[in-house]
Amino acid sequence: MVQYERTRFDASFAALSDATRRGVLEQLGRADASITDLADKFHMTLTGMKKHVGVLEQTGLVTTAKVGRVRTCRLGLRRLDEEAAWIERYRQLWDARFDELDKVVEELKRKEKVDGRKKRE
Amino acid sequence: MDARRESEPTPMKNRTTVERKSERELVVTRTFNGPARIVFEAWTRPELFKQWWVPKSMGMVLRSCEMDVRVGGTYRLEFEPDAMAFFGTYLEVTPPSRLVWTNEEGGEGGPVTTVTFEEKAGKTLLVMHELYPSKAALDAAGTGAADAMVETFAQLDELLVTLGASVGRS
Repeated sequence: MVQYERTRFDASFAALSDATRRGVLEQLGRADASITDLADKFHMTLTGMKKHVGVLEQTGLVTTAKVGRVRTCRLGLRRLDEEAAWIERYRQLWDARFDELDKVVEELKRKEKVDGRKKRE
Repeated sequence: MDARRESEPTPMKNRTTVERKSERELVVTRTFNGPARIVFEAWTRPELFKQWWVPKSMGMVLRSCEMDVRVGGTYRLEFEPDAMAFFGTYLEVTPPSRLVWTNEEGGEGGPVTTVTFEEKAGKTLLVMHELYPSKAALDAAGTGAADAMVETFAQLDELLVTLGASVGRS
């Protein structure tokens, strides 16, 4: 697990060691964009931007899909995986809390029953 | 019924679900085997709240828990060992069906939490809805996705500055 994280980090490090590529990720975090859009935004040639996107694509940080003549870039599945992992962690936290809350509810129900019996007596 | 219960000595555990409903909303649901007034009580009486809100798996201890459960009243939870605190204000208090409060420890980025308690046949469906001021605030709330990314960027920036300084201008 640690090793896996490490390898991922190394690959990402290379991809992220470039200011333009970091900018592209930030940009795609806000909205999907075509390579042309990105080239314009970062004042680059189409070829130059294609290279940057290619590097990001290799690490899984970005995915691209060609629709007609336009290649659209978006943040990669890894991001979605991370979100799913985070939501699962959050679910586990609440699940653990609610298991404890079940016990409190059972205890209160038991007390109510005892109190109810006392009142009737 | 009774025969069935014998073959299943432990009652089925109720499922907790979490769903990101939109860019700004997170929804947690769970059913409890008790009436709404009891579940509501467990959320609003500090001595009960303390018994369940910090499960052992969190690795933290709730040092203090103050709750003034009325509209405009405040709450404050303090933890050990690192003195972390959660605090905010109750916006709506409708026993036993609805609670709304703010989460102010995170400054402007904190969500508004709404919990509803809906009773049906002696059971209570609890829905906890967290509405964040922005997508970025929700992303940042998890340690995943955008948050980790921003942190990684910051760390990389620092590292690159250090590397640049030690290697000299290239």
